Amino acid sequence: MAIVVAVIVVFLSIKLNSFRDYQIAEIAFEVTAVAGLTVLTGLSGQISLGHAAFMAIGGYTTALVLLHLAWPFYVVLLVAAAVTAVAGAVVGAAAARLRGPYLAGATLLLGVALPAIAYAWPATFGGDQGLNVSFTTPAFLGANFPPTRWLAWVAALVALIVMVLLANLNHSRIGRNWRAVRDDDVAAALDGINVAAARILAFVVSATCAGLAGALLAIVTTLVGPGSFTLTVSISLLTAAVIGGLGSLAGALWGSLVIVLVPTYVTDVATSHGLSASVGSNIPIVAYGVLLILVMLLFPQGIQGGLQRLFSLFSGPDQKPRTWRTAPTPHVTPSADQAAASQHEKEGTL
Amino acid sequence: MVEFLQFTLSGIVFGMVYAAIALSLVLIWRGTRLLNFAQGGMAMFTTYVAIEVIYKTHSYWAGFVIALAAGLVLGAVCELTVVRPTTGKPPLNAVIVTIGLLILIEGLAGIFFGGQYRSFPAAFSIIGLRVGGTPIGVSRFDVFVALAVLAATLVLAAAFRYTAAGLRMRAAAFNPTIARLSGIRVGRVLTVGWALAGLLGALAGVLVSPSTFLYPNSMDAIFVYGFTAAVIGGLDSAVGAVVGGLILGVVLSYAGGYVGGSVGSDLTSLVALGILVAVLMIRPDGLFGGARMRRV
Repeated sequence: MAIVVAVIVVFLSIKLNSFRDYQIAEIAFEVTAVAGLTVLTGLSGQISLGHAAFMAIGGYTTALVLLHLAWPFYVVLLVAAAVTAVAGAVVGAAAARLRGPYLAGATLLLGVALPAIAYAWPATFGGDQGLNVSFTTPAFLGANFPPTRWLAWVAALVALIVMVLLANLNHSRIGRNWRAVRDDDVAAALDGINVAAARILAFVVSATCAGLAGALLAIVTTLVGPGSFTLTVSISLLTAAVIGGLGSLAGALWGSLVIVLVPTYVTDVATSHGLSASVGSNIPIVAYGVLLILVMLLFPQGIQGGLQRLFSLFSGPDQKPRTWRTAPTPHVTPSADQAAASQHEKEGTL
Repeated sequence: MVEFLQFTLSGIVFGMVYAAIALSLVLIWRGTRLLNFAQGGMAMFTTYVAIEVIYKTHSYWAGFVIALAAGLVLGAVCELTVVRPTTGKPPLNAVIVTIGLLILIEGLAGIFFGGQYRSFPAAFSIIGLRVGGTPIGVSRFDVFVALAVLAATLVLAAAFRYTAAGLRMRAAAFNPTIARLSGIRVGRVLTVGWALAGLLGALAGVLVSPSTFLYPNSMDAIFVYGFTAAVIGGLDSAVGAVVGGLILGVVLSYAGGYVGGSVGSDLTSLVALGILVAVLMIRPDGLFGGARMRRV
């Protein structure tokens, strides 16, 4: 699966022009961050409204390391991941006690407050202007190789590796522990799961993904500034995770496609119809808002949930009695994610 | 000492605005268990309505009253059209719907009113008041801001406690099923709750805009601090919302005033984060959120 996607990305990046390459890179780092948030919110049941803060940490780490040390980019990515992992551990330790809206409020303010550090110490972080990130394509590709294509490859490769690792993590004992904690933390604790440790680990994993995404953003856009990590970014990450479908990592891909491509596409349509500036620049915003509302009302389980429903319509009923061998009783055994959704409904976490 | 008094008083004024937003969030949270991210956007929109009316009629008070009425209507319309259909779906869906609503409203404001910064008039003089020759840091309009929010809060509190409609709203928030069984139309009550929240938000928007300018994102920061105030106070508690707003307003005023310079104003959000973390580490459900009451 991962190899198929890799081939598609390479093919697309060669076929398409450099602006599309840039979009591939953009989608790739969005996917990285959104997948991390899907793990945090969808699997471990914690919300974060300030995930751009972790992206900012990864991005500024990348910029500072490249500026002062000039290490190779893969080392820089690892350093950025490590730094944000530590930050994730700190935030996770504080967040492990908080629930629902209180966690939402704390992370929201984190997302607002952290970029303000860049304004407060302009000597180190470049203030409002941010820091420039210089990045050159490696020599073996030749001088004429388009840099955006190389960036698209790098970003897509990182995104793929992250997705594979997260999928494995999801199917491991750690992933099961997260789901247990999400569905009922008391029952999980009685089963011998260290609830606080599971929650903190989810934050570390999620923050690391966001940090990698921030590092990629720094390299792809060649600039990190407070404007790259605003509250809007944090909220669009959560939006992408929920719109795509919190139950699965594939949802992260759909969500990222929506938040990257829809605004550009609608802008193209609006400008090609020759609308006035104030209308034309706001039509995409309006369409985006309407889209969010409609998807949430029509596909409560997100795009991935909607796709699965469509798929099961066509493939007929042979999908359903998957559990008949272990559960011969007639009562329905809902899948883990459906159970989680209904559980959340009862609790009303947000 | 004079400085301290100035900072405290101006902090209280801003705190009252945060408290108004926090109260509107608490109203909705208690009724629907939902964080309304569109609250700031709704307030921004009604403030634009106010400024248009003021330009047309040359009367501040006509704009003021119509903004509040628009807040009532907007709150009710939002609840009926997009929030009501999220009932029974995962709670994060409702949150994303309010985020979508916020984006939609900000886009519409850009289309109808343009994106440029506009100044908003104040009802009274904004020249600082003096007591015996010393400036006390607040103007006549600031006093009006604090009193207006205080009055709105007291009227709402009295209505909740002493009227039949208030009793129905409390019952619907306490237990919707039992309220429905005893003949309360819970849906209608929720709509009224959203309408009142819209009114409080509109009030906050009209009161704060003379000091912030008005543009499609102008209420975002105010919303973040109002939300913070609600979380500090505990989302279930109206008293907590006011106390949280006042704490936040006063501490941020000290931080901005005493640290001074641009560093002080840049760090206000960090200071707010510090207060929030400190409160939540001691009381994870906010100051007044738990079953026990405790003064801090």
